[in-house]
Amino acid sequence: MTDPRELYQQVILEHNKKPRNFGKLEGCTHHAEGHNPLCGDELDLTLVIEDGVVQDIKFQGSGCAIDTASASLMTGAVKGKSVAEAEAMAEQFRGMVRGELDPATQAPLLGKLTLFSGVKDLPSRVKCAVLPWATLHAALKGEEEASTE
Amino acid sequence: MSIDLKTLDVAAIRRDFPLLSRILHGKPVVYLDSAVSGQMPVQVIDRMTKYQRDEHTNVHRGVSTLSQEATDFYEAAREKVRKFIGAGSSREIIWTRGTTEAINLVAQTFGRMNVKAGDEILLSAMEHHANIVPWQMLAQEKGATIKVIPMTDDGELVLDSLDELITERTRILGVVHVSNVLGTVNPVKEIIAHAHAKGVPVLVDGAQAVPHLAVDVQDLDADFYVFSGHKLSGPTGIGVLYGKLAHLEAMPPWHGGGSMIRSVTWEKTTYLPAPGKFEAGTPPIAAAIGLGVAIDYVTALGLDRIAAHEHELLAYATERLAAIPGLRILGNAKDKASVLSFVVEGIHAHDMGSLLDGEGVVVRAGHHCAQPIMTRFGVPATTRASFAYFNTREEVDILVSAVLKAIELFK
Ligand SMILES: Cc1ncc(COP(=O)(O)O)c(C=O)c1O
Repeated sequence: MTDPRELYQQVILEHNKKPRNFGKLEGCTHHAEGHNPLCGDELDLTLVIEDGVVQDIKFQGSGCAIDTASASLMTGAVKGKSVAEAEAMAEQFRGMVRGELDPATQAPLLGKLTLFSGVKDLPSRVKCAVLPWATLHAALKGEEEASTE
Repeated sequence: MSIDLKTLDVAAIRRDFPLLSRILHGKPVVYLDSAVSGQMPVQVIDRMTKYQRDEHTNVHRGVSTLSQEATDFYEAAREKVRKFIGAGSSREIIWTRGTTEAINLVAQTFGRMNVKAGDEILLSAMEHHANIVPWQMLAQEKGATIKVIPMTDDGELVLDSLDELITERTRILGVVHVSNVLGTVNPVKEIIAHAHAKGVPVLVDGAQAVPHLAVDVQDLDADFYVFSGHKLSGPTGIGVLYGKLAHLEAMPPWHGGGSMIRSVTWEKTTYLPAPGKFEAGTPPIAAAIGLGVAIDYVTALGLDRIAAHEHELLAYATERLAAIPGLRILGNAKDKASVLSFVVEGIHAHDMGSLLDGEGVVVRAGHHCAQPIMTRFGVPATTRASFAYFNTREEVDILVSAVLKAIELFK
């Protein structure tokens, strides 16, 4: 059984306290809202995509530390990446936190995002970590809403 | 377990609960989650095991000695429930799967029979989803509306609003006896008197009340009173609907099938009188017997002693938590029982819940199946500690240290 305290590493606590790319982009090209009905977490994601590349991305909303840190790290990680790469990262992230992909060998695109791999042992928190990525996936597909239910 | 003490012998009581000696993440478990589900003493577990091993068959089936024996145990448990809540007749005690099923039963029989288009169903602002959704479904089906008794910022119902809210269209009033989020003990006797003065029947959700205070349904004059076995030191899968016999007799059956009929022909079926009419199919027999033993256990401890003990824990925990900067307690009613909900600035309840879990402290973090209360107080979720007769002041201290540790980590 994983000790839930292990999830609250410095990087996560720090990103929760000072989230990067927090806010709303005016003149965004893509937008989606994510909800986690279980926690009441809400996330509003805005992106500017030009020439198939994520030029800028911001999020706002209220959520738990796992959700907020995940969104903060995600926005940093996908900025400047192509849409295809961002989608591939989302795919790997979801696979990792569900325990389907080994973070050490099967998630090469994730880099330091592998620090979320511990949530796989805390099923009640997986949705918190995934919400930003599910919302990103929805925004890239042109959908307005994402839900982790 | 010693029963003639003025106060509870908590150390002895704790030995009856195997789970309390578990180690969680390297720490002794501190179970402050009895509002989610109470723990069962070994007496309950052993009795159910004995039934399963040596006595199991079906009830109300034929002439076998075994079936008669099982029926006797099962009906004896019903009688224990009757006595426990002060009902006049065991025919007024209907077994259900729990509070939720009991409310659905009332909504779909009594409710369907009495609620018509344009009618009103009156609920309190602090209901559990179990006492909201079945009524919304009925209201939708019938074209009726739901009205809500408001509450103050302290979490007390505004009784002054009752006169206006109860109209000649009101067909039923549903109210929680003890709020599972705020801990408020509602003055249900007074509310029932108000409603009855205008001819409105009342359903009381007693899920969080029966484990903590003595209930007398006749003194309250409740039309319906419902609760779950698993919050009363009993097993899951069993609950109780108390209904006044006159209502039960007028109500149509709910589920159809075996055990609820007097005679069946292709042309016409006649039903048993209550409670049989509402108990189609094979019931959870072991669970009913187990609940009977849970009632014996709680009664032997004494609900007055239980209430006094829990009240002291609640007061102590309230005092210690309230002293923490940035921590806000939700629910400051004058009359509270055993439930303490709080939020901490800058820490989501789920993070708090996970961090407390890491310290072995089991609490509930979330919306507690009462989202309208969350909306009312403008929070997405709360952390809730709930106390039972087996909890101690030392456990409150561990909770407080764990909360302080979480706050330190998030600094
Ligand atoms: C006040 C209240 N009502 C109803 C319920 C539902 O009980 P059950 O899930 O056992 O049907 C609960 C349990 O959480 C409760 O606290």
